Amino acid sequence: MTMSTVAAIVGPGNIGTDLLAKLQRSSAIEVAYMVGVVESDGLARAREQGIAASAEGVDWLLRQDPLPEIVFEATSAKAHQANAPRYAEAGIQAVDLTPAHLGPMVCPPVNLRDHIAAPNVSMITCGGQATIPMVHAVSRVTPVPYAEIVASVSSRSAGPGTRANIDEFTHTTGQAVAEVGGAERGKAIIILNPVEPPMIMRDTVFCMIGPDADHGAITRSIHEMVAEVQQYVPGYTLRAEPQFDDPQPSWGGNGRVAVFLEVKGNGDYLPEYAGNLDIMTAAAARVGELMAHAKQGVTA
Amino acid sequence: MSERIISTGRPELRHDVRITDTTLRDGSHAMAHQFTEQQVRDTVRALDQAGVEVIEVTHGDGLGGSSFNYGFSHTDEMTLIAAAREEARQAKIAVLLVPGIGTVEDLKRARDAGADMVRVATHCTEADVSPQHFAAARELGMETVGFLMMAHRTPPENLAKQARIMVDAGCQAPYVTDSAGALLMHEAKARFEALVAEVGDEAWVGYHGHQNMSMGVANSVLAYEAGVRYIDGSLCALGAGSGNSPTEVLAAVFDRLNIDTGLDVLGLLTAAEEVVRPYLHRWPKMDRNAIVQGWAGVYSSFLLHAERAAERYKVPAHEILARCGELGLVGGQEDMIIDVAIQLAAEREQGS
Repeated sequence: MTMSTVAAIVGPGNIGTDLLAKLQRSSAIEVAYMVGVVESDGLARAREQGIAASAEGVDWLLRQDPLPEIVFEATSAKAHQANAPRYAEAGIQAVDLTPAHLGPMVCPPVNLRDHIAAPNVSMITCGGQATIPMVHAVSRVTPVPYAEIVASVSSRSAGPGTRANIDEFTHTTGQAVAEVGGAERGKAIIILNPVEPPMIMRDTVFCMIGPDADHGAITRSIHEMVAEVQQYVPGYTLRAEPQFDDPQPSWGGNGRVAVFLEVKGNGDYLPEYAGNLDIMTAAAARVGELMAHAKQGVTA
Repeated sequence: MSERIISTGRPELRHDVRITDTTLRDGSHAMAHQFTEQQVRDTVRALDQAGVEVIEVTHGDGLGGSSFNYGFSHTDEMTLIAAAREEARQAKIAVLLVPGIGTVEDLKRARDAGADMVRVATHCTEADVSPQHFAAARELGMETVGFLMMAHRTPPENLAKQARIMVDAGCQAPYVTDSAGALLMHEAKARFEALVAEVGDEAWVGYHGHQNMSMGVANSVLAYEAGVRYIDGSLCALGAGSGNSPTEVLAAVFDRLNIDTGLDVLGLLTAAEEVVRPYLHRWPKMDRNAIVQGWAGVYSSFLLHAERAAERYKVPAHEILARCGELGLVGGQEDMIIDVAIQLAAEREQGS
């Protein structure tokens, strides 16, 4: 039996609370601390679960003994920019769920192995976590000159931070689709839909592929990757088989594969329809767990 | 009409009503985004000469819309915007920006290419994604319009609250945007009145109509009577679905009503007949598919995408569109049309 790795969650809001629920199921991670800057329901919920919780911020966290080895940051970009150097100085690995993007962008089944010991990793965006595995599934089989993703989320699941800076989503996700997903160029689109009852997160991934690309190999690769993501997001499913379109002159003589995804959340603390938020917390929990295994010398 | 410059400093009206022509933006949908630079130059010259004050030129889905999801542009929209700017003597050039698709970076490039005005479009309940873009537009010294799309999807009082969010963010003219051509006359009127009551002292209220249920021109007259002062049209109705309120018809109708638009009716009739008609791939019309869009409240731009999916998956386009309405899809979710077509095809197979 290996020891579990001590961790902290900074930011006791909806995301932090849902992340806590997921990490409580992990044998590799023990969440010892929940940290906020004002007393809140989130801190109270953590205390009910026997976790040391404080409204005194990172100052308090860094006075604790033992110090956490991993901290999950679910605050804001500004807060993480202030906190990150302090974690680094204390030798604490940071898993960043904010839009600060200070460390390398990671998607667990795609490139986490390359950054498993990085002092700080960025969880990109919800749309990035949902779609980059599919772009990678195609690009590991055949060159992808261009990939485009469309993320549709329920209005209720898009918070004020996302709304005030929606360009951040399009820029970061588009960049990550290329850099992490392995496409030469990337583009991202996000749509908020207020329909009631709320729609479950839907993502469409379009990859440009050569006219002679091996459709069978691409389809197999996509199914394998879906199974990998399902290990940490059970509600990650294909709405239909990958759809192949014939080469067209307006696509520079290339063809296209389209992947239609539904991302249903686990309903831990966040509602099931909010698959966009769930895939962030689930991916962060996965990252933390694999980092903990690495620290403990376990091969995942 | 007396104007008072208030916080957002709305522009003074030069005529009773300010007509914006969107042949080269909404019409881009009907053209499958294949506008050439020559077509844009010829159209802008004709509109400008006929007295149109604002001419919108962008990919149909706004800046950055050239994509797999919406269709790639034949000619880069920045090239088209720059060409339009060169041709226009008196008209301002407007661009559309849908947050989530286009970004502030795209807006800056459009400004550099010569755009004078931006029309920021959100779904009618999601205005709070627009302040970032209005702030950038004002910093760039651009005129601003706000599109509350699919305006039939929220009640008048809520639409007015959303208009308030836009105006407070720097929007000079929030629009009742009937993207689905779904608003019947009393529904349109209630929305015009709600917006005029909420923001009418500090901003102009606008109306953008579609002809799916043949309401565009009639609703434009109602709009004027309710205090709306910005109204959209397209030559030959060129636009998504069965197209927009035809600019040339708006000009003729307002002329008969003795409402001054500053437009040259005969010049617009010539522009429609001799400049636009020769390059039309299709003349937008009220066929079964487009009427279903108005009837079921479906985003007009879905039309060509549904027709393509219908052909590929062997299911009727009007059934795809009706399902899109049932699902409550909003503008921008064109990818879901393929999803819906696949589901309908699977249902048919199971049923047979």
